Amino acid sequence: MTNEIRAREGDWVEVECKLLDPADRSKNLPPETAEKPLMMWVKGFALGEAAKGEKLTIETITGRKVAGALSAVNPGYFITYGNPIPELTHVGRDLRAQLAAYRASEGGEC
Amino acid sequence: MATKFDAIMARRGEIMRKALGMDYSEFELSPIAFDYERMMTAHGYSLDDIVAIQRLAGVGSTPLLELKNLTDLVRSVCEPGMGARIFVKDEAANLAGAFKDRRASISTFVAKEKGYEGVIAATSGNYGAAVASQAARNGLKCIIVQETFDSRHVGQPEIVEKGRVCEAYGAEVVQLTVGPELFFHMVELLDVTGYFAASLYSSFGVSGIETLGLEIAREMEALTGAPPTHVVVTHAGGGNTTGTARGLERAGATETQVISASVDLSGLHMASDNDFNRKSFTTGHTGFGVPFATWPDRADVPRNAARPLRYIDRYLTVTQGEVFYITEAMAKLEGLERGPAGNTAMTAAVSLARDLPRDATVVVQETEYTGAGKHHWSQLNFAKEMGVGVCSGDPKNNVPGKVIVIPETFEQIRAKDFDVARMRKSYIRNALKNAPEGYVPTADDIEFLAADTKSDPDTVKATLTELAEA
Repeated sequence: MTNEIRAREGDWVEVECKLLDPADRSKNLPPETAEKPLMMWVKGFALGEAAKGEKLTIETITGRKVAGALSAVNPGYFITYGNPIPELTHVGRDLRAQLAAYRASEGGEC
Repeated sequence: MATKFDAIMARRGEIMRKALGMDYSEFELSPIAFDYERMMTAHGYSLDDIVAIQRLAGVGSTPLLELKNLTDLVRSVCEPGMGARIFVKDEAANLAGAFKDRRASISTFVAKEKGYEGVIAATSGNYGAAVASQAARNGLKCIIVQETFDSRHVGQPEIVEKGRVCEAYGAEVVQLTVGPELFFHMVELLDVTGYFAASLYSSFGVSGIETLGLEIAREMEALTGAPPTHVVVTHAGGGNTTGTARGLERAGATETQVISASVDLSGLHMASDNDFNRKSFTTGHTGFGVPFATWPDRADVPRNAARPLRYIDRYLTVTQGEVFYITEAMAKLEGLERGPAGNTAMTAAVSLARDLPRDATVVVQETEYTGAGKHHWSQLNFAKEMGVGVCSGDPKNNVPGKVIVIPETFEQIRAKDFDVARMRKSYIRNALKNAPEGYVPTADDIEFLAADTKSDPDTVKATLTELAEA
C-alpha cells in the first residue's frame, strides 16, 4: 500500500489544465502575469483511473467532459475565520461606551 | 499568426448574439450613440412584471432598518444640529445572500422562457451564487467562471467561499488564474454549450435592480413621509448604481442624491498576478469602479446596461481599514454581521451623514452575507499571510497592497470625493477613441454624451474642444 493519491472511476475529483500558454495570452498584461500560463481547475466525476498528475477525463456536474491532470480527489474547502484581529477587538467595547456617554450627555436613553 | 485567444474573440459578436438572444445592433444610432432607453426596455417586461418574477423567485422585499445606534454615534462626533439618520436595506436577506439575486432572477427567468438548457456567468462575486441559486430553482444547468487563484494556486478566500457556495447550489465552477481571459473562456463555453449568457451587464440583469430603488423610495415614504434625501451605493461595475437610481426615478424620487462608494485600491493592477492576493476586496473597489464608469462598453455585452455616470451625483472612496472597522462596528452596535464588501457604502454613509443636517435621511442600499472566507477576520488574517501590514492608526496612512490601517477611533473615518468631472471627461475621451479615427461627433452624439454623463451639451462641447486641442 502506498499513500499515493489515486482516483477510481466515479470518484468526485478535480483536474488541472493549461488553458493558454503565455504566448497565446491577451496582449497588454503586466509582465508578471504575461509570463505565466492561464491555468484552470474543474471538478467532476472521474471517467477512469489515474494517479495524481496523470491525465484523466472527468464529467462535470453539467455533463461536460473535461480532460486534464488529476489534481485532487474529493477536494474540500479549507477557508476559515482565523484568529480574532487585535486591531478590532476593542471596537465594540469602545463604541458602546461612546454611544452611552453621548446619550447621557443628551439626556436621552442609554 | 492568430492565437486561440484571437480566434475566439473574433467570433465573440456572433457567439454573444446567440447566447443573449438579442441583437444589440438595432439600438445603434451612430459610431458613438445608441438608444439606451430602448435597449433597457426591449425585453418587454414592465417593472410590475419584474416585481412579480422576483416574488416567485424568493427575491426582494428585504427589510429596511433604521440604524439608531450608528446614527447617534455619528452625532456624537459631529457639529450640533448635524448627523443624518442612517438606514440600511438588508439585501443579505435575499435567497442567496446579496442584491445580486435581483439581477440573477431576471436573467435566469429569461433563459428559462427562451428555452435555454443552462446559464453561464463570468464572475468572482456574489453574482455567481445568485445565478447558481436561481438556476437551481428553475431546473437550469449552470456554469460559473471565476478568477480564483494566483499562479502559485493560492486562492483569494472570499472567492474560494463564493466558489463553494456556487457548488452548494449545484453549479459547475471553473476556476482560473489571474487574467482578463476569464471572458475568453466564458465565450468559449457559451459556444460549446449553447447556454444563455447571464451577463452582469445585460439589460435583464440591470432591470432586476430597479426594484431595489423602487422599494427604498416606497418604504422610506412609509417610514419617514418622504423618499430618502441620499442613497449610498457600493460601486463596482456600475450596475448596482444604475439599477438603483433608475428604480428611484421610476418611483418619482427625483430629488434623491445618488452617491456611489468604492474601496480605494489605487496603485494595484487588476490583471497583476502579484497584486491579486494583496487586496482584501474582490469587488466594490475602484479597480472596477473607475474603468467601468469611464468606459462601460468594455463589458462582455456589446452595450453595457450599467452606465453609472448617467446617474451619480458624487463618488466617494474609503479605505480597506475603514470598511473593516465599520463591519466590526455594525455587528457590535446593530446586530448585523454582514460581509465587508457590502459595507463599503455603509462606511461612506457614516462620513456623509456627519456633514448632513439631522433631518436628512441616508439609505445604504445593500448588505451581503458573510462567512468563513468572506468575513473581515478571514480577509485580514489572509492579508497578513500575504505580507500586507495590518496596524492601528490614521486611515490616511493606508496604502493599498502594502498596509491596511484600521482606524483607532470612529472619528477618523472620512470618505474622500473622487473627481466626477474628471471621470466624465475620461468617458468622453474613451467614446471618441472607440469611434473610427477622425469621426466628428454630431449634435445627436453630443446629446447622447451629455445624457450618458449626467451633463449638458455645452459642457460636452467644451470637453470635445479641449480634447481636440490636446
